[in-house]
Amino acid sequence: MTGDETLLAVDGLTKAYPGVVANDGVSFSVAPGEVHALLGENGAGKSTLVKMIYGLVRPDQGTMRFRGAPYAPAEPRAARAAGVAMVFQHFSLFEALNVAENVALGMENPPPMRTLGQRIREVSQTYGLPLDPDRLVGDLSAGERQRVEIIRCLLQDPRLLIMDEPTSVLTPQEVEILFHTLRKLSSEGTAILYISHKLEEIRALCDHATILRGGRVVGSCIPREKTARELAEMMVGAELQLTDRAGRTAGEVALEVAGLSLAPLSPFGPSLKDVGFELRMGEILGIGGVAGNGQEELLAALSGERPTAPGTVMLGGADIAALGPNPRRALGILAAPEERLGHAAVPDMSLTENAILTGSVRKPLTKNGFIDMAAARGFADEIIRAFDVRTPGAHVAARALSGGNLQKYVIGREVLQEPRVLIVNQPTWGVDAAAAAAIRQALLDLAARGAAVIAISQDLDELLEISDRFAALNEGRLSAPRETAALTLEEIGLMLGGAHGMQEAAL
Amino acid sequence: MIIGGIDIIALVATLMAASTPVLLAATGELVAEKSGVLNLGVEGMMIMGAVGGFAAAVSTGSPVLGFAAGAVAGAVLALLFAFLTQVLLSNQVATGLALTLFGLGLSALIGKGFEGIRPPPTAKVPFGPLAEIPGLGRILFSHDWMVYFSLLLVAATWAFLRHSRAGLILRAVGESHDAAHALGYRVVAVRIGALAFGGALAGLGGAYLSLVRVPQWTEGMTAGAGWIALAIVVFASWRAERVLLGAYLFGGITAAQLQLQAAGYAIPVHLLSMAPFVVTIVALVLITALHRQGSQAAPASLGRAFHASS
Repeated sequence: MTGDETLLAVDGLTKAYPGVVANDGVSFSVAPGEVHALLGENGAGKSTLVKMIYGLVRPDQGTMRFRGAPYAPAEPRAARAAGVAMVFQHFSLFEALNVAENVALGMENPPPMRTLGQRIREVSQTYGLPLDPDRLVGDLSAGERQRVEIIRCLLQDPRLLIMDEPTSVLTPQEVEILFHTLRKLSSEGTAILYISHKLEEIRALCDHATILRGGRVVGSCIPREKTARELAEMMVGAELQLTDRAGRTAGEVALEVAGLSLAPLSPFGPSLKDVGFELRMGEILGIGGVAGNGQEELLAALSGERPTAPGTVMLGGADIAALGPNPRRALGILAAPEERLGHAAVPDMSLTENAILTGSVRKPLTKNGFIDMAAARGFADEIIRAFDVRTPGAHVAARALSGGNLQKYVIGREVLQEPRVLIVNQPTWGVDAAAAAAIRQALLDLAARGAAVIAISQDLDELLEISDRFAALNEGRLSAPRETAALTLEEIGLMLGGAHGMQEAAL
Repeated sequence: MIIGGIDIIALVATLMAASTPVLLAATGELVAEKSGVLNLGVEGMMIMGAVGGFAAAVSTGSPVLGFAAGAVAGAVLALLFAFLTQVLLSNQVATGLALTLFGLGLSALIGKGFEGIRPPPTAKVPFGPLAEIPGLGRILFSHDWMVYFSLLLVAATWAFLRHSRAGLILRAVGESHDAAHALGYRVVAVRIGALAFGGALAGLGGAYLSLVRVPQWTEGMTAGAGWIALAIVVFASWRAERVLLGAYLFGGITAAQLQLQAAGYAIPVHLLSMAPFVVTIVALVLITALHRQGSQAAPASLGRAFHASS
């Protein structure tokens, strides 16, 4: 790392949208080979900032210099030509196209398909991210999809690599390998602009950090010299509340799952194989595992989206395996799936309408079969208030919210319906530290009020923080749940089955 | 070779010509839909091509100029659709239906002075001795140049979509316009281009009807061919080779039912006229059903408006 030269210098960038100033006079610089973190809450302006650097959004004011020359990319093509590559938070992939085609679309001058397939195999092996160029992206797991994005960037030999939340879908072992890749890139002189909400990762990886709040730079630091808590407080600008797990007592058995098997939901997905566990009132059961190992299938079986064989799902002794989502909601089983847009929420419907979709069974949001708009709006407003959802109002379409804000909304919608059993998948994916803490606290409070909670997550720190018992989901099989307090990270790693298909050759 | 009063060789020979209008229109619509735009105005673009091509060919005496004018007329109407749906973001379904009504009405107006005239004949391709081969010569080598040109266009479209980079970008835009935009591709420009191409092909198909198939101008002469082209694209699972199959099937049954009528079978005429539509759709539905992925074959962004707001 060389400190005397700069690769990218950003000076006074300002971008305003109607009603909100996303970036206000942002300045910082990145040296070649530096790993530079951008820190901030959801909505602090990080995404807008990197979009300007990548040429997707044009700044209202301010200038940039890249490798010593003035830099004002009119479009991503120009940015890529200059040597800037980006891995997106919301994957910019095409599901109906195969891996090689997806990679080709992100390159300026792709080689012929056969050569490209060969290069994808080479690079993916070198960096321990195995990928088959001929597979359809639609059939890949979230983790594998991210590999496609990363490989796409690496094939262009970028000078600056922008990564927006790259580790949110990876296991600890996968994160290790990604970090190894990034350090290797950094030692080769490639600078990395890194956005993440996982502060421990930033401390482990990044050389510098620039902290944004409300669109302004509020500070910079060397992450290694700060604790994660200090970093979080710099982002929020206030003291951080620690989650409080007190006040919970495990009661009687609420949900009993035995011999649960389910065919895969997608052609290449895993099937659930003989899954079984007991869940008590007032308990949080954490289920860990790499995405694509049956999490979606398990949630579908528990929420009622997929009926299963008689006797496999029992609530308070009654067989509910054949009931659909609404009868189960009436019984108090609610679920918040992982995919926010399109599964948990309808993108083009307003927040109020989305509240009605799952809330009308347990909340009086309808009258004689007609929607009671006043009550629905009241419920939506209640969620927005209680979970600090940053939005101009409940009339806004779900797709207009940032990922983290929508996540708060869909979790809040279920929690506020006072479920007896709540199943959440990836409850804090893409959510900033303060909001993630708030969501975790809400889950803990819900359990303290006597509800049973199943938290499916890839974030092991999160599961260790909130769950009483932990089980690992691996290729559709669930391990026997164990008390969290007695578990070490190594044991958990073994329960998860190591680094799925990852090649440690690069390490 | 005559079976049941029907000359089989004449039937198969007619098939290629009878299929050409629908084949051209369906191929054009395939490209437009692959880019993510649902243009229901195929019928309108075809009939504008028919009247435009006919008028140009009669005025200049050149069928080549006629076909060119037909393509231009179709493309102009498609560009009107593109402006409304891609720039002004109007609803694609409603705009497409309006385009058909508009095309039918405008063509009737323009065509007033051209009724009852014969257009200049379109040249056959001289294959020389090949055309003398018994049976095969008549089936394969006895057609006018537009028939072969249309086959060439289908092959070119197939290769373009499958193997070229521009085709990949077009498919990407149709799959996810948001992701394509994030990667820096010009979604609206790609779609306008695809629409114009689709309109030009629909116009060519229409011109083929009025200059070769019928050949004269009558009001509303496309008679639903544009709609069958739309259906063929859907049931062909958005694949060029199946579009060819669907169009030839449609053309084949059309030719066959005409011969059956001529042969004097005691089958109600209405049933016979209906046959091409029913058989084509049933056959393509069966193909889709046999290939389970049929339902997933639609471009994911098909019919969705794109606005680069974020």
